[in-house]
Amino acid sequence: MLEARGLTCSKQDRTLFEGLSLVVKPSELLYLRGPNGAGKTSLLRILTGLSSPDSGAVLYNGIDISKDKTGYYQNLLYLGHKSGTNGSLSALDNLSFWLAQHNVSVPVNTLYDVLEKVGLVGLEDVPVRYLSAGQQRRVALSRLWLKPAKVWILDEPFTALDVKGVHLLETSMKEHVSRGGLIITTSHQPLSETAGEHRVFDLEYRF
Amino acid sequence: MSLYQGIFKRDMQVAFKQKAELVQPLMFLLMVVTLFPLGVSPSPDTLQRIGPGVIWIAAILSSLMAMERLFRDDFQDGSLEQYMLSGMPLPAVSAVKVAAHWLVSFVPLLLLSPLLAMFLNLTVDMYIALVLTLLLGTPLLSLIGAIAVGLTVGLQKGGVLLALLLIPVFIPLLIFATSAVDSAALQLPYHAQLAIIAAMLLLAAAFAPFAIAYSLKVSQN
Repeated sequence: MLEARGLTCSKQDRTLFEGLSLVVKPSELLYLRGPNGAGKTSLLRILTGLSSPDSGAVLYNGIDISKDKTGYYQNLLYLGHKSGTNGSLSALDNLSFWLAQHNVSVPVNTLYDVLEKVGLVGLEDVPVRYLSAGQQRRVALSRLWLKPAKVWILDEPFTALDVKGVHLLETSMKEHVSRGGLIITTSHQPLSETAGEHRVFDLEYRF
Repeated sequence: MSLYQGIFKRDMQVAFKQKAELVQPLMFLLMVVTLFPLGVSPSPDTLQRIGPGVIWIAAILSSLMAMERLFRDDFQDGSLEQYMLSGMPLPAVSAVKVAAHWLVSFVPLLLLSPLLAMFLNLTVDMYIALVLTLLLGTPLLSLIGAIAVGLTVGLQKGGVLLALLLIPVFIPLLIFATSAVDSAALQLPYHAQLAIIAAMLLLAAAFAPFAIAYSLKVSQN
């Protein structure tokens, strides 16, 4: 269970949100919605612990995430605007180094399988910078099938994806939720039925 | 593959795939050192007098060029975020990255140093002292530089600020290093200067990883 208590965040003298509280339970998909500049990314980054709120706390299973980082990060998968892949390394290298960092051991065959699943057959050894934006996105997304994390925090995961890619991602979101996982995602396109049931959380733009 | 080995291997791979960035500071260093005799005077005595200073100044300036590479790409492509969310202690990650950076940007300089010493007519004693100061001093450049890179990595044009932050910090190192080589030229002992540089290095090795980790966290905010 991921819980935010009384979060306040301000950027450039503008309060994005104040006293924001929300609870996401296992087997739940929270769809965070709001206009540009409403603070969706800021909220997600606070929920991951990458940035700290002006006030308030984030709790995972009742424990403050700043107190028990390792416990939380073992269960967290965050995909932000930036793909987190190095352009001069291949998809395969990027993923295997990432897995080593996150202390997940996966046989190489599984890596090939996942890359095939996301539609990157034959491109495993190509430096990521030569791939298209959508393909780079797919490399980043393949982490969803590799790290057994309970909490997914996805910032605009559908950007640059084609129709098939969107469908694949929505299906995997539904599967994750049915396995008892927890997802928080933002998107400017409404989620389709493939993504399963979801709760909408609106973030208003404040002046 | 252990956690830290993985980071080290990755950084080495990335460095060797970006060969231009790897060679650029070395070319700069070579150019500065070869232009000095033409600009100042090619007389062997003058070169021997200014030699140690020229090599050290060129090393510091060329290291500034390579310094940004330490975290810039990782910050821009989001790898740094993923490091922070991996649960690994960030100071240890920073230390490994600094070690990899030192290996690819300063070890080639150490390998070039005999050539530079010959260009500038250094004696064997002076050259030994120069190598010792470089061995102790360049890891210090990497460690302290990394703190400043961590602080400026989120800025658009961080390079100028980086130089402004670092040059004053490097001045003591430059003074002690060149004074050690000068002492060697006069056949005097230079243990004291080496000891001071070593002390600075040990202090930086103990505290810099934490400062780097903190500065990276600040840049993420």
